[in-house]
Amino acid sequence: MRLLTAIWEWFNDRTGIWKLISPFLVHPVPPETIGLKAGWMYLFGIATLTAFTVQVVTGIALATLYVPSTANAYDSLKFITDQATLGSVLRGMHFWGASAMVLFVGIHMIRVFLTGSFKFPREMNWVSGVGLLILTMLMAFTGQLLRWDQNGVWSLFIAAAQAAHVPLLGDWLARFILGGETVGASTLNRFFAFHVFFIPALIFGSIGFHLYLVLHNGISEPPSAARPVDKRSYRTWYQQMIEREGRPYFPEAAWREIGFALLLVCAIVLLAALAGPPHLDNPPNPANVNAYPRPDWYLLWYYALLALLRPDFEPYFIVLAPLLGFLALFLVPFVSHSGQRSPLRRPWAPAIVLVAVLAIGALWRYGAVAPWSPNFAALPLTPEQSGAATGVVAEGASLFYAKGCEFCHTVDGQGGIRGPNLTQVANRMSAGEITAMIADGTSNMPSYVSTLSPEEMQSIVAFLESQSKPAKWGAARSP
Amino acid sequence: MRWVTHFAASTLSSLGELASAAGLIARWVAGRLMRLRPVLPSAEPPASAVAENQPPVFGRSPRARTRRELLTLASVAMGGIAGIIVAIPVVGALLAPLLRPQPPEWRQVGKIADFAIGTTTAVTFEDPSPLSWAGVASQTAAWLRRTSEDQFQAFSVNCTHLGCPVRWLSEAGLFMCPCHGGVFYGDGSPAAGPPQRALFLYPVRVRDGQVEIQSGPVRIV
Repeated sequence: MRLLTAIWEWFNDRTGIWKLISPFLVHPVPPETIGLKAGWMYLFGIATLTAFTVQVVTGIALATLYVPSTANAYDSLKFITDQATLGSVLRGMHFWGASAMVLFVGIHMIRVFLTGSFKFPREMNWVSGVGLLILTMLMAFTGQLLRWDQNGVWSLFIAAAQAAHVPLLGDWLARFILGGETVGASTLNRFFAFHVFFIPALIFGSIGFHLYLVLHNGISEPPSAARPVDKRSYRTWYQQMIEREGRPYFPEAAWREIGFALLLVCAIVLLAALAGPPHLDNPPNPANVNAYPRPDWYLLWYYALLALLRPDFEPYFIVLAPLLGFLALFLVPFVSHSGQRSPLRRPWAPAIVLVAVLAIGALWRYGAVAPWSPNFAALPLTPEQSGAATGVVAEGASLFYAKGCEFCHTVDGQGGIRGPNLTQVANRMSAGEITAMIADGTSNMPSYVSTLSPEEMQSIVAFLESQSKPAKWGAARSP
Repeated sequence: MRWVTHFAASTLSSLGELASAAGLIARWVAGRLMRLRPVLPSAEPPASAVAENQPPVFGRSPRARTRRELLTLASVAMGGIAGIIVAIPVVGALLAPLLRPQPPEWRQVGKIADFAIGTTTAVTFEDPSPLSWAGVASQTAAWLRRTSEDQFQAFSVNCTHLGCPVRWLSEAGLFMCPCHGGVFYGDGSPAAGPPQRALFLYPVRVRDGQVEIQSGPVRIV
């Protein structure tokens, strides 16, 4: 033990390392931040940092196994998932760690916004935080692409198509994303370089700056309605308060953060072991047209937003809306730099958060259900379901599937949800109206006038009528 | 290698602007430096400096460019130039795949007899000039429609909305996109959903009884 102490003394004397890190370890924090009432609010930043650390560590491990070449990436992923020791858990930790990082970066931002901690003198903390939010979303997006399966390769086409909507630079941006004129050998490596080297370097720098600012300005005390921020007096007040009542960060506040970090790591490992990594789709062949690309959950709400928009609004929402959104986020501490911090006295703050959470939550739900997508997995109706094995009604039922109607419409509980449920359509519309609708189509339904013969049209209408008025077609049913 | 000279030329022409910017930075840095109180090993300034008629060591000098300003300018400028020199191949590598010439190439997709009149078939072909490690990513698909004895149309599989692959439903005579419900008629024109434009066409020709499609840039816009 004495030898160890001696070694430490020598090392510290030559490097001065204790002088460097002890201010960080023992910097005073307001006593409320370690109390029960408000201490829980301060855990989300460290949760995000823990998730990021998990990502870096598991990412390094994955990088020793993964081959970032368009020809081999899929096989290396299969190897990692099926054969490498604990490879499936590693992939799982990386995915659930990513989910944790996105989740906590959002919760952390909401907490800071609600407690007004972005106000003077911590504006730059917020600005660097928004930068970290953008970098986190970029990591999430590029990371999903590195899961180079069918979903990944088609997600790239969609990303390039979206980038092409940027005015002036669109074409060039699309080709930059694809790494050429189309998806090819150059495509995957670029995303690997961004995801593994370039963006993490920016994140490291930004986190360092973000944490340095916490030391420089002091961690914010919980807001109080009786104490609005006044630029002239806040710094002095904080300094005096912290000298009078401040408690050392380590271990009085740090133990709780480390405990939460431990819980988070356990949760990530548990999810990785039980739920496993994301399922690997088919090989990434751009010539396979039976693909249904979907983003991972963190971008599902944006996917839903694009699906629900009117087509002529789309170019603005693909590029302009995110730009304006991030600009608005950056400007928050300059618009609202002093004054009340308590959410009880700032009704706009909880209102904005509530609306945003509800909107994004609703879009998430929509994105998961995807009611705008045809259901190609729908099976043709059986004679029991259609009510007839032969005759006009049976003919109509099989045409209902063959002509693609069932992919968008549900009859008798089977089919797609893109269009209305047609089980009771004959109660709403006459035979003539149904015929006209099928023939003309709408903006969301094709016109079948040139692809259906009059006999085929009659069969389909008969089938639809028979679902709600079986008696009318009772004679058409054979015993 | 044309792009190297092109790039270097445009970079050199920007150096003039950069030099003046560096000069501004140098002046500002020198000004801040001259306001600092330095921590010298000895507290006393050197005796020679406080001799009469000599300006103090860290005082402000008149408008003439001082040695310090010149050295600061030199440091900033040289550092900037070093950064630019390092950046040229880095940016070049990022842009290289875009600048690699990939002239379109005709690819055979099958004999004429393989495609019945009035049908639409999925065909697969290779990208122009693929790199050797592209693997399966160098493949592209198209929907080949034979409208008459010698007329073919090759539709890109990319939906004109956001690029998802469209499926052909032969009995319905419709292309359907899984992503947002876009639908196209058999001739490629938009039938329903978000797409506003008809499916893009690849050039097609018939040579020596073989149907050929011109493989080129992916049509997503």
